[in-house]
Amino acid sequence: MRDSKTVTLAHGSGGTLMHELIEETVLRRIGNPVLNDLDDSAVVDGLAGHGLEGGRIALTTDSFVVQPLFFPGGDIGKLAVCGTVNDLAMKGARPAYLTLGMIAEEGLPLRDLERALESLAGAAESAGVAVAAGDTKVVERGAVGGLMLNTAGVGFVPESRDLRADRIQDGDEVVVSGTIGDHETAILLAREDFKVSETIESDCAPLNSLVETVIAACPEVRAMRDPTRGGLATTLCELASRAGRRITIDERSVPVAEGVASVCDILGFDPLYMANEGKAVIVVPSGGGEGVVDALRRHELGGSAAVIGTVDSGDGVYMRTAVGGLRPIVMLEGVQLPRIC
Amino acid sequence: MIDQRRFSSEPEARSLVDRIHELVDGPVSLMEVCGTHTVAISRFGLRHLMPSELKLLSGPGCPVCVTPQSDIDRAIALARAPGVVVTTFGDMMRVPGSSSSLERERAEGADVRIVYSPLEAIDVASAEPDKEVVFLGVGFETTSPTVAATVLAAADEGATNLTVLPMFKLVPPALHMLAELPGRALDGFICPGHVSTIIGTDAYAPIVERHNMPCVVVGFEPLDILAGVVMLLEQVRAVRAGGVARVENEYGRAVSGRGNRRAQEVLSRVFDVDDSEWREIGSIEQSGYRFSDEFENYDARARLDVEVEEAVEPTGCICGEIMLGTKLPTDCPLFATRCVPRDPVGPCMVSSEGACAAFYKYERRKT
Repeated sequence: MRDSKTVTLAHGSGGTLMHELIEETVLRRIGNPVLNDLDDSAVVDGLAGHGLEGGRIALTTDSFVVQPLFFPGGDIGKLAVCGTVNDLAMKGARPAYLTLGMIAEEGLPLRDLERALESLAGAAESAGVAVAAGDTKVVERGAVGGLMLNTAGVGFVPESRDLRADRIQDGDEVVVSGTIGDHETAILLAREDFKVSETIESDCAPLNSLVETVIAACPEVRAMRDPTRGGLATTLCELASRAGRRITIDERSVPVAEGVASVCDILGFDPLYMANEGKAVIVVPSGGGEGVVDALRRHELGGSAAVIGTVDSGDGVYMRTAVGGLRPIVMLEGVQLPRIC
Repeated sequence: MIDQRRFSSEPEARSLVDRIHELVDGPVSLMEVCGTHTVAISRFGLRHLMPSELKLLSGPGCPVCVTPQSDIDRAIALARAPGVVVTTFGDMMRVPGSSSSLERERAEGADVRIVYSPLEAIDVASAEPDKEVVFLGVGFETTSPTVAATVLAAADEGATNLTVLPMFKLVPPALHMLAELPGRALDGFICPGHVSTIIGTDAYAPIVERHNMPCVVVGFEPLDILAGVVMLLEQVRAVRAGGVARVENEYGRAVSGRGNRRAQEVLSRVFDVDDSEWREIGSIEQSGYRFSDEFENYDARARLDVEVEEAVEPTGCICGEIMLGTKLPTDCPLFATRCVPRDPVGPCMVSSEGACAAFYKYERRKT
């Protein structure tokens, strides 16, 4: 059963299978020094030499296949802006332009397309970016769940900024900008009819202004990543692996909204593995965590920011549990499935 | 509204752990028989707070793990049959059958749908009147009443294209079997909290009486488990000094003596108790369900005739010994090498409540 000959849903869940697919199927064929970094966005030099002044730009792309198209706290349009803006912002880039590829399905109500685009426009304005180019395709009924979007983004990276996980050192502190698991929990409730009375809202939001706040408070910030598919746990594993170090977090410090905690508890999901779309994991030098948290808490998107852990030598990610136990945190394997009993 | 954080307080945990250390002065083995306990114990890192002579063993409490390979193969055969929609809890998707899995079949075009509640299967059946909708009935006493209720609802609504593949298991017969294993290796049972909300603490009286085996019904928060272990250890000390074991209830906020009478009635209307095959363990008397005569039309085994391939058990898998508590996942030569969650050999690694998966995820530490 080892060699899967078809793509399965687990290949898209953000965990080990997806990483394998990327390494073995994708990189092997189209890998190059820029792509192989596999960071949130690619920072490229070398505008100089093309007859242009020097400087670095950041490039990234993301596709949006969320179901349902509209959910509490956002929709596919807003997500299409925020996902790409955030990937640029995590490298310290100032997002400037997006491209927008739309694949709409025959039968999609025009009103839904209008709503999604209105939302996209609002998010773009909020983030200070413009859609510079686009493409529209229509496919037959049933092919894309109504609508799928792709955005590619370009941002400009100020000279002084160098955000990379391999700059992380022993003694560094790990900060998270707010509560975890909100987006994916919201989507889960919106997609299935669990008859839960609570409404959980996605935390979908553009993070570029929050990133500027962090950099102003702590210019020596080492690295940032936004915990999307695979959740905080997977992001911490990626950071630890790239840094070649151990990250240890404290369960009691990790902010989880009460509604999210309850819903996950009932269904058997772990918030640590549930995606966000408006939060950042930030690694700063020793002693810098508190200052960054103070600055974040004064920002409208950072109200629940907290220092959650530290970096030291070794490997892997570990968590000190609420009752004083210690357990490893591993990357998501496959997809999370709700429990039976 | 109960504030769940009360059940994770560190100072209280510390004092319970200290008491556990006081009470252990020789080898003690306690076994839980509930997948949720398996995960909770590992997830909260509790084993590492315990004295080394106290073994917390994981028994056959993972419903997917104890489903025989032939039943998995039957579910796969149903998925392959034209005109059949298989509805299932998510955890069954990736369990390896003899040559495939439901997830693999779905990727190749079979109509297999994950549902969160068995009642959704009725919705599917109504929406697809030309199809035969089968619900895979896996689970212990926490789950089987909801499926029984679903069958009653289906009968009320006249949904005739819905059947259930009954693969349920009962906990108390398994406890008898475990208590009778040669060499009396077990000193007490951490009894399953959610199952007990249905069957009541009274259900464990025969186990205590026949085997003088301490039984404590335990909840799932960290303090519940630590408190339950303290209660068991106090009983073990008394029993070793010649005393009599008892049923005790740590999970009083959810579990009563008599259990859920309505659920018990619904179960006995729809199902009859029957002998049942437990994967890698063998047949246990009166430990499963078949449909009662009144509801035999809902039995997928009888209604849907499919050819099931001959079961080929995976070689090298010691899930059976692990589920009986005689071996740990780390004793298995395949553990974390050939057998990993995304490419599992046996069910204990693929099920989120399996002992091997819990060990893989939470118990491998390099300190």
